[in-house]
Amino acid sequence: MAPQKIVLRFSADNADQPIIYHLVKDYDLIINILKASINPHKEGTMVLELTGTRYEEGINYLKKQGVTVHPLTQEVVRNEDKCTHCGNCTAHCPTRALFIERPSMEVKFNGDECVVCLMCVKICPVHAMEVRI
Amino acid sequence: MSVKRTYEEINERIKAGKAVVLTAEEVIGKVREQGVTKTAKEVDVVTTGTFGPMCSSGAFFNFGHTKPRMRMSKIWLNDVPAYAGIAAVDAFLGATELPEQDPRNTKYPGEFRYGGAHVIEDLVAGREVRLRATSYGTDCYPRTKLETTITLDSINEAILFNPRNCYQNYNCAVNSADRLIYTYMGVLKPHFGNATYSTSGQLSPLLKDPYFQTIGIGTRIFLGGGIGYVAWHGTQHSPGFLKDEEGRELTGTGGTLAVIGDLKQMSARWLVGTSYIGYGVTLTVGIGVPIPILNEEILINAAKSDEELYTVVVDYGEGYPKGEPEELALVSYAELKSGKIKVLGKEIPTSPVSSYFRAQEIAGILKDWILKGEFLLSEPIQLLPR
Repeated sequence: MAPQKIVLRFSADNADQPIIYHLVKDYDLIINILKASINPHKEGTMVLELTGTRYEEGINYLKKQGVTVHPLTQEVVRNEDKCTHCGNCTAHCPTRALFIERPSMEVKFNGDECVVCLMCVKICPVHAMEVRI
Repeated sequence: MSVKRTYEEINERIKAGKAVVLTAEEVIGKVREQGVTKTAKEVDVVTTGTFGPMCSSGAFFNFGHTKPRMRMSKIWLNDVPAYAGIAAVDAFLGATELPEQDPRNTKYPGEFRYGGAHVIEDLVAGREVRLRATSYGTDCYPRTKLETTITLDSINEAILFNPRNCYQNYNCAVNSADRLIYTYMGVLKPHFGNATYSTSGQLSPLLKDPYFQTIGIGTRIFLGGGIGYVAWHGTQHSPGFLKDEEGRELTGTGGTLAVIGDLKQMSARWLVGTSYIGYGVTLTVGIGVPIPILNEEILINAAKSDEELYTVVVDYGEGYPKGEPEELALVSYAELKSGKIKVLGKEIPTSPVSSYFRAQEIAGILKDWILKGEFLLSEPIQLLPR
């Protein structure tokens, strides 16, 4: 099967576990880590390319470990006209793709760092963060 | 010799194109560089700005009479109910009002995607809005039903009237509880996971005139991209001061403004419908207030920097909802803007609720208006209670 791009979100409870190791060792999957980060609250986000015949079993294993899994089929974009640069999103962006530039306090969005967790889409008070499929 | 200036003198200088105007940010550096007396001699006006969610906002409308005539007794604008308990075709639409069919928080946390504030933004942006009205019918107003579309241009009057805006100072919010909470200060993570704060600190109008020496009823202001006025003190106006351990006055707190202006000359860039997940709808309002430098004392306060302006940290997970807010710490706006604060020995990441970046723009626009002679200062008819 073709490699699947997926986004994994780890909680503070499982972010320090060797979960990816088990994908390789127990399920014989080929992994390619594209992005990985742990925020100050010890929550982790990872974008992973995954290939192998036991793919579904591997995904089930991840879910059992309390890791949330969703496909990376979307892109998050900022509607520049709508953004008011309030900065509310910046506390919730796990990879600091959304950040405040100081001292101007302008809110910047670096799409390269975005892992499509969609948290900003959910919380942006003026709905400036949009999903592009 | 101490500096004394009158509104008339300042306005004469504005008309002559000679007024010296600085933003509330620029004046800080100026005073640091050359001192209070020299700066007070030079500077006529300091412009402030704030751009944040202000729930106590709304607009009065007069839709014009229909044929046959109608005494509208229930009104909806894009399905958002407006208050119609005033004369025949008058209504008041509150910013936080929701369509009756909105699920609210029944599927927690609710999204609150559209409400009164979004109707106001749609109108100001020139978009069509659906007006629906019903009536019981009278001999002089026989019509009982109406469904039509309106635009801001097609109706008689639209007056923005916000009973409480421009809070002088506001709590910094944290959450001690063990679950995520959804508040009007944004989403707060458990166990003090983040802190949010509002007001534009050193640019904020009432923080820069803490004794209400210049801002009062009739003060002409930047409101929603147009020109508005301070109508009254705002609801819950309760001026006071945060004090340090020795009891010295640190920063003004508790003042509010009621503001009014013609919605037809405002802009959707400065009146933005806003949704707080799990909380509700509000209107993000842009306000800029000019502070005339009548004397040195007014300048000293107008030149206070983020390092000298403080707010209190309050627990929205425990004390606040119970109505027993405990002051966990005093933090400066400089600390808040740095991206982290320390509370109870714990480092907490901060993020704002109001836009400092766009508040700077407001202070800059107001400065330009004054420099071009398009905006004269008005002397308050009456100062606010202090």
